[in-house]
Amino acid sequence: MTFLFKGVDFFPHGTRWKIIERRYIFIGLSWALAMLSAVLLMTRGLNYGVDFKGGSLIEVQSKTGAVDIADLRSRLDKLGIGEVQVQAAGTGGEALIRVAQQTPTKELNDEKVQAAANDKVKGALGENIEVRRIEVVGPTVSNELKRTGVIAVVASMLGILLYVWFRFEWQFAVAAILALSHDVFITVGMFSLLWYEFDLSVVAAILTLAGYSINDTVVVFDRIRENLRRYKRMPLIELLNLSINETLSRTVLTSVTTALAVLALYIFGTAVIHGFSFAMLFGIVIGTYSSIFVAAPFLLLFGVKREWTPAGSKQAAKPGDAGKARRENVATK
Amino acid sequence: MLHFTRWKQIAIALSVIAGIALALPSFFSKETVAGWPWFFPRAQINLGLDLRGGASLLLAMETSEVRKDWLDTLRDDARRRLREAKIPVAGVGIANNAVQVRLTKPEDADAAFKELRGMAQPTGDLIRGLGGSDLDVRKADGGLIVITPTEAGLQHRITDAISAAIETVRRRVDAMGTTEPQILRQGSDRILVQVPGLQDTSQLKDLIGKTARLSFHEVHPTISVEEARKTRVPTGYRIYPGSDREEGDQLLRETPVVRGDELKSAQPAFDQRTNEPIISFTFNGSGARKFGEFTKDHVGRPFAIVLDDKVISAPVIREPILGGSGQISGNFSVESANQLAIQLRSGALPAKLTVIEERVVGASLGQDSIDAGKVSALVGGLAVAAFMIFAYGLLGVFAVIGAAIHVIFVLAIMSVMGSTMTLPGIAGIVLTIGMAVDANVLINERIREELRAGRSPISAIEAGFTRAYATIVDSQLTTFIAGLVMFWLGSGPIRGFAVTLTLGIMTTVYTAFTIARLLVVWWLSAQRTRKVEAPLAFKPALHTDSARP
Repeated sequence: MTFLFKGVDFFPHGTRWKIIERRYIFIGLSWALAMLSAVLLMTRGLNYGVDFKGGSLIEVQSKTGAVDIADLRSRLDKLGIGEVQVQAAGTGGEALIRVAQQTPTKELNDEKVQAAANDKVKGALGENIEVRRIEVVGPTVSNELKRTGVIAVVASMLGILLYVWFRFEWQFAVAAILALSHDVFITVGMFSLLWYEFDLSVVAAILTLAGYSINDTVVVFDRIRENLRRYKRMPLIELLNLSINETLSRTVLTSVTTALAVLALYIFGTAVIHGFSFAMLFGIVIGTYSSIFVAAPFLLLFGVKREWTPAGSKQAAKPGDAGKARRENVATK
Repeated sequence: MLHFTRWKQIAIALSVIAGIALALPSFFSKETVAGWPWFFPRAQINLGLDLRGGASLLLAMETSEVRKDWLDTLRDDARRRLREAKIPVAGVGIANNAVQVRLTKPEDADAAFKELRGMAQPTGDLIRGLGGSDLDVRKADGGLIVITPTEAGLQHRITDAISAAIETVRRRVDAMGTTEPQILRQGSDRILVQVPGLQDTSQLKDLIGKTARLSFHEVHPTISVEEARKTRVPTGYRIYPGSDREEGDQLLRETPVVRGDELKSAQPAFDQRTNEPIISFTFNGSGARKFGEFTKDHVGRPFAIVLDDKVISAPVIREPILGGSGQISGNFSVESANQLAIQLRSGALPAKLTVIEERVVGASLGQDSIDAGKVSALVGGLAVAAFMIFAYGLLGVFAVIGAAIHVIFVLAIMSVMGSTMTLPGIAGIVLTIGMAVDANVLINERIREELRAGRSPISAIEAGFTRAYATIVDSQLTTFIAGLVMFWLGSGPIRGFAVTLTLGIMTTVYTAFTIARLLVVWWLSAQRTRKVEAPLAFKPALHTDSARP
């Protein structure tokens, strides 16, 4: 019974791992990953999906089991509609066909010329393959989506920056945004490395990630602030280390619960949701890493204000510290 | 923190009951829900096209056509006004997106300017400043007056054109007989058409891809097209190209005798002599009168039927057509005659619409997506629940109950708001299940920390809730900010996700903080008679009664 009601507290407590002291290892690692991302993005770029590249995406399913990808590809290559990508997807004999944006002619505008190419593909599929989904995105829309995607990422980062600034000090806000950019940048780099399709749903994942990966950072920062109020003379390195160690279980366990949910999406979701859940999953891991190993060292770099108002607000107290004061408070009410 | 007044407890319990009641209809079919007693809620969550299958088209209006039409109208208007004011004009033309009026006598400039300025109308655009005008009328040197449409005026016209186009598109889509099509405005110059269940969009695109502007024109009585090409096209006339059928080009008076908007009806029919598909039409009162007068005066001469600036036929008037009805022939197939009849009945589009984005989902994929969504929600939820109960025992159970109620709340709010559930929306819900218990993790870890610091269980629980609160709000608000940005900027799929994410964050804070806390309070009061044991472990090895602080 005791076991059932208490749960298993498996996470080590009271650790004093010297994380800040070894910050150069982690900062070096992060720089290396960021550089790798930068090089990949500059040389290789991203495998943009139909949302950003324009053109059409046709999802087909074979009625008779697996699709013969090679055969389908050779048939579609003969159509004379430029580059056609064919890729197996899912487990039920699905395949994704991507037709590049067709060049409009005098008689046919963007819309008509693309529709004509799609009709050719549909005609070449044969009897045993049925169309499950078609997405056609014209050049105006794809450029717009690209632009709003960038604006959205920048706007949400800015919003988060302002909020953290408002709640903490500017050093915290800048450190948080740097950690966040680190997460986003490396996640995007990962999409370049693995050549996974980068579409609108991945942008949604990155935006969510921006909001979510900051959660852990805020948890650590909250504790740093609390400790700054309590230990006025403790050297900053020691204080940051203490705060990270104290919140370690929280930072990791919150990510574990969310990662469990996303993992289910990754494993059981359809092709549409695959890129999204991969970006989230990878982002949660990298976000947790940066909350522990990247954000706090930045604080050390910027230095923080040491003169904090005494613990007057509710959240500003070391465990067990304000208990007495609060009890008195309650008594007077 | 560990005290709830009686009415608060009742209010919380009621909110949960209300949530369940409001979410319930979405789990049943429409038919079942319709049979429920009157006092039951019936609002259901709509399924998005990606889940039920169907076609979604984003149409953009050629705004340059709106501008051109307006300039044409302005030119005719300017010409008419100056004629009525008896001011001689050397020429009225369109250049550089403006109407240019050249007066015969430069000294008329002031009088003409006064006359033409009367054409401008206030735009009524309160945002861009009061007293804005839709036209900018200027005098230039040498008796030249330039009338330029302003940006505000053009925007106003585009807005009107889109509203008119939406009505026309609605009538055309309705004529296809599909169920529950949705036609919505997107931005300033776009229309979103969503048709559930539709797989083949070619017919839909044909129907809405044509402006179908019909007009009846007078053919120039003496000059032929060839002569006009060689010399010059007389003022007020224009060469209209023949359609791809046999009809050749024609020199026609630009201002039509009657326009398509004066049609009362149009039906596909068959020609009684040739048995060819034709369209028979009837004018309304004023259309019939104009057409009757025109045909009476032009017996024995040809007139032209023009569709979208192309001549489809140019028959000779054998006798005056006074009844207001007639027929259009010209190499139609049964299908194209039917299509044109629908288009003519539904009225012309104010400008051409092009499809700039198209997404079609088959019904089988939709069902697969629903199934996959259900499985991942179930598996994800169970995994999270197992983890929470393993790590936090009873407090984990409370957290899981809170998370379950969170999902119910999201569904309830979506039902009430009539929101649409999409596949990314399901992903958002699964994601928030994982995020919902984050708040509980923060609270429970804090409680453990307070216990280790030597507090009594009750005061540790109290402190845990109190002190974790600010951290939870801070961390959830940042995700909320990202969600709002997505909702603000996102298009279709992203928006569906943003809806469930932002809703989910709000309900998460409520369930983790109020419902899980109330459950703790209830449990504590049930334990009151006994000595309260800390509901938490320190270390797996210490799971004995000696672990009691």
